[in-house]
Amino acid sequence: MPHWLQLMLESLGPLLWAALVFTAPLTLLSFAFGLAVGLGAALLRLFGPAPLAAVVRFYVWIIRGTPLLVQLFLIFYGLPSLGVTLDAFPAALIGFTLNVGAYTSEIIRAVIGSVPRGQWEAAYSIGMTWPQAMRRTILPQAGRVAVPPLSNTFISLVKDTSLAAAITLPELFRAAQRIVAVTYEPLILYVEAALIYLALSSVLSALQVRLERRLGRYGGFLEARS
Amino acid sequence: MIELKEIEKRFGDNLVLKGVSVVIAEGTVTALVGPSGGGKSTLLRCINLLEIPTSGSVRIGDDMLTFRPGGKVASRDIQRLRRQTGMVFQNFQLFPHRTAIENVMEGLITVQKWPLARARERALALLDKVGLAEKADAWPSTLSGGQQQRVAIARALAPSPKVLLCDEPTSALDPELAEEVVEVLAQLAREGTTMVMATHDLRLASQIANEVVFLEAGTVVETGPASAVFGNPQRERTKRFIATLRQEQAAGAA
Repeated sequence: MPHWLQLMLESLGPLLWAALVFTAPLTLLSFAFGLAVGLGAALLRLFGPAPLAAVVRFYVWIIRGTPLLVQLFLIFYGLPSLGVTLDAFPAALIGFTLNVGAYTSEIIRAVIGSVPRGQWEAAYSIGMTWPQAMRRTILPQAGRVAVPPLSNTFISLVKDTSLAAAITLPELFRAAQRIVAVTYEPLILYVEAALIYLALSSVLSALQVRLERRLGRYGGFLEARS
Repeated sequence: MIELKEIEKRFGDNLVLKGVSVVIAEGTVTALVGPSGGGKSTLLRCINLLEIPTSGSVRIGDDMLTFRPGGKVASRDIQRLRRQTGMVFQNFQLFPHRTAIENVMEGLITVQKWPLARARERALALLDKVGLAEKADAWPSTLSGGQQQRVAIARALAPSPKVLLCDEPTSALDPELAEEVVEVLAQLAREGTTMVMATHDLRLASQIANEVVFLEAGTVVETGPASAVFGNPQRERTKRFIATLRQEQAAGAA
């Protein structure tokens, strides 16, 4: 067996373990929380009182306008100066949640706005209240349009979690770095890490296609060819 | 009985309705006719409060709401009045993510909190009434315009409204498809459904309506029984408008 293959096989276990224990939970949790933040932010921006909408605009401006790596450093290394000390995982979770929230709020705002006004009126005309119209009529239609852009965010997120290596979280990329530190084989280990990220995002892409099919079953949309 | 009293509607500086009063008796069909921009649709939408009148009052049965400029109306009150109406839109506006029968059931389940089985039964009966029972499980995107509008009529009727409001129900349809919608509405009229329709469709208005309200520039020009207004209009303006409609219809048929 060639040396590189042997090294890859030997390190596969620790790398997958790091992906399972840190990368996957960090990705799933921060996406779920981020989506909730994004929905709330989008609703405030669209329908909330002016001061709250302004707060949301400020939040999106800050998060989109500063590097994610800098945000993570501020939370993990900066906040202790203010007396707030966080472990690496919660620090990363907060950073990624805020990030996902800002980006998805813009997506959600756009897709809610894309549902024709007539759909609101149809919902109202059969007696629905605003929350009923939102939940039963607007969000299901907006959700379908949101799948491709939200999938983009999700897939970016899986890869971006590698930045948490810089704040000491022993996730997939940091696990690779550690093995490099003892084996001095950066090319082999980083290629292996890259392949694992590629596999993870490929799985997500496949799930996206299935989800689009399912949500698209009512027709009226150009369907993606596979 | 539905009573609109001194309805004014302002969009910014634009006064669209200038103190319109109309009384609609139970079991009658009233056609709102007149040139585009005359305020027909706005008046119709003031009945179910998709537009909130700037001032005036709206009464449906025993429920009445009065509006004042700058006044705030509780959404609960709006809902109470609106739930006595059903509406059919020019562009159907079926919920695309629900099948035909789910569209009809939606108000019963979400708003009236009916049990599923009972809602399904009533929805199926209504689809049967508009001739679409066999399309119950079809997605709206697979239906023709005429079929979509018939489903929309069934959806509007599901909660048993006191009045069915129709906003240009046939104008997005070609004549053949419009005919099937006119037939359904005519059947409803024969059964005594109270209806108010804003329309350009002379056939629809003259076949179905008992009463006609001619609106222009936000005021009522002429009102009366359909046979009188169409057969022997009193005002010069009404005469000219009806003559134009007849020409259009003749041109459309040719």
